[in-house]
Amino acid sequence: MGPLVPEVIGNELNYIVALLIGIAFGFVLEQAGFSSSRKLAGVFYGYDFTVLRVFFTAAVTAMAGSILLAYLGLLDMEMIYINPTYLWAAIVGGAIMGVGFIIGGFCPGTSVAGAAIGKIDAWFFLGGTLLGVLVFAEGYTAFEGLYKGSYLGDLRVFNSLGMTQGAFALFLVLAALGAFYATDWIERKVTHRAEKIPTRLRKQYTLFTGAAVAIGVLLLFTPDRKSAILAQASDDAYLQTQASRMMTSDELAYRLLDQDPELQVIDVRSADRYDKLTLPGAVNITAETMFSKEWNTMLAARNKRRVLIADTERDARRADAVAQALGVENTFVLQGGLAEFEASILRYRSPASIGDDQTADTDRFRLRASPAIAKLIADAKNKPKVVKIVKKIAGGC
Amino acid sequence: MEKSTTYMNPYLAGFLLGLVLLATIYVTGRGLGASGAMKSVLISGVETVAPAHASGAKFYTEYTNEHPESPLKSWLVFEVVGVIIGGFLSGLISDRLGFTVEKGPRVRSGVRLAMASLGGLLFGLGAQFARGCTSGAALSGMAVLSTGGFITMLAIFGTGYVVAYFFRKFWI
Repeated sequence: MGPLVPEVIGNELNYIVALLIGIAFGFVLEQAGFSSSRKLAGVFYGYDFTVLRVFFTAAVTAMAGSILLAYLGLLDMEMIYINPTYLWAAIVGGAIMGVGFIIGGFCPGTSVAGAAIGKIDAWFFLGGTLLGVLVFAEGYTAFEGLYKGSYLGDLRVFNSLGMTQGAFALFLVLAALGAFYATDWIERKVTHRAEKIPTRLRKQYTLFTGAAVAIGVLLLFTPDRKSAILAQASDDAYLQTQASRMMTSDELAYRLLDQDPELQVIDVRSADRYDKLTLPGAVNITAETMFSKEWNTMLAARNKRRVLIADTERDARRADAVAQALGVENTFVLQGGLAEFEASILRYRSPASIGDDQTADTDRFRLRASPAIAKLIADAKNKPKVVKIVKKIAGGC
Repeated sequence: MEKSTTYMNPYLAGFLLGLVLLATIYVTGRGLGASGAMKSVLISGVETVAPAHASGAKFYTEYTNEHPESPLKSWLVFEVVGVIIGGFLSGLISDRLGFTVEKGPRVRSGVRLAMASLGGLLFGLGAQFARGCTSGAALSGMAVLSTGGFITMLAIFGTGYVVAYFFRKFWI
């Protein structure tokens, strides 16, 4: 399953991969005409829309490919570097780059391709780029607030727009095709050319358009795995068909007291609820964060009894459905939820009358367990919580 | 195959570029980039020329904390070295090699080179704020459907169209 780095391809080999990818990248940029500043600037003056055609086609192709690979289980989108969204830094930075594009006629990648074939203006552009980084570096204390402010997370655009991934993908494909047709028309007006598409290519263009629309429609019906599993898990009808193994409050209390090495308490509540009451040794993994590769090792470890706890049994069963869909084994759901655990263990009071032997045993156990577990919880408060730190794939520029 | 100096069909080039980007995502889990390599080169340069300054200023120390190895040992530096090779090979087979200053019909070479430097400066600065340039933030960000990537792309091209009018005599 991709990405192949770092498991299949080591970090050192990755540098060779970088070189090879760079060669392909540079070759395509130059072949597309991106080594020419006049061609690049043409997109802003209507005489040459090559930039838009290449750029849009590339973005849509890579997007469609990664959505399909992810759906087929060949690519783990949770491990992919999603450019984080720092709202104002993106807007201001983008605006500065836009002005730089018009004035300089290149962007950094294309200037490298231009420099490689001897364009002297590209060399000056590259020199300017270094100066630009220097300006940022030297003024960093002044820029830092804008640079690090307005952080909104690793947002996905379809979530930001309240669409499904598929609907957005189809929209992007159609937007690209619309832009291709519109800009072709504009280009013909500006350059006074009668016909842009050569007759011999008409058939290919029709096929291209048809294929793009077909892929767009396919993407519309390709759910992303995470949304699909989460949606399934919150469907009550589906939950009724799913069996969850249960663990009673007494068994959990017994295993906690026994410090059972097989026990793995997984708290699926929100982080602040977890912080308020943390069972001894519990880790906080919600149904959403369970997809993250950082928990892979922990959730795949053998000989574990994984108890999912939530405020209610239903919430825990929901998380269990997700866990099972992800192939996590040996999961149990805390019967009655934390509410029952608190009532029957943490805040246990003996009933007024104790009946048969079994009830008497339970009563004795609970009376012993209640203060002991309360003490474990208090002790654990002073210890650092289990936080898994995984080096995420670094990306961006 | 005939040796042709014409450019590749843009849709075909875009499709191939998309495949390169997809392969990058599949293999490495990250996207393409360019400005990050300039950053590495600059940091490496400053650390060599003015080590005392680099060890005192926050920008450089933050970078060193995140990248304990030499700044030049970065994925993007290797990738950009590849871009130089790939670009050169493409120019070679399409017969486009040669030292030229490309400019609009009404611009002198000196002006063009000054403008190229200034444009580069702005692009380098902007790319630091946006954490990437047209390749790293806009193209790669769009491919993984990052909201930030789309915002950066719209900001770059939106601003480009807004200011294009004022710089028209440099290009047309």
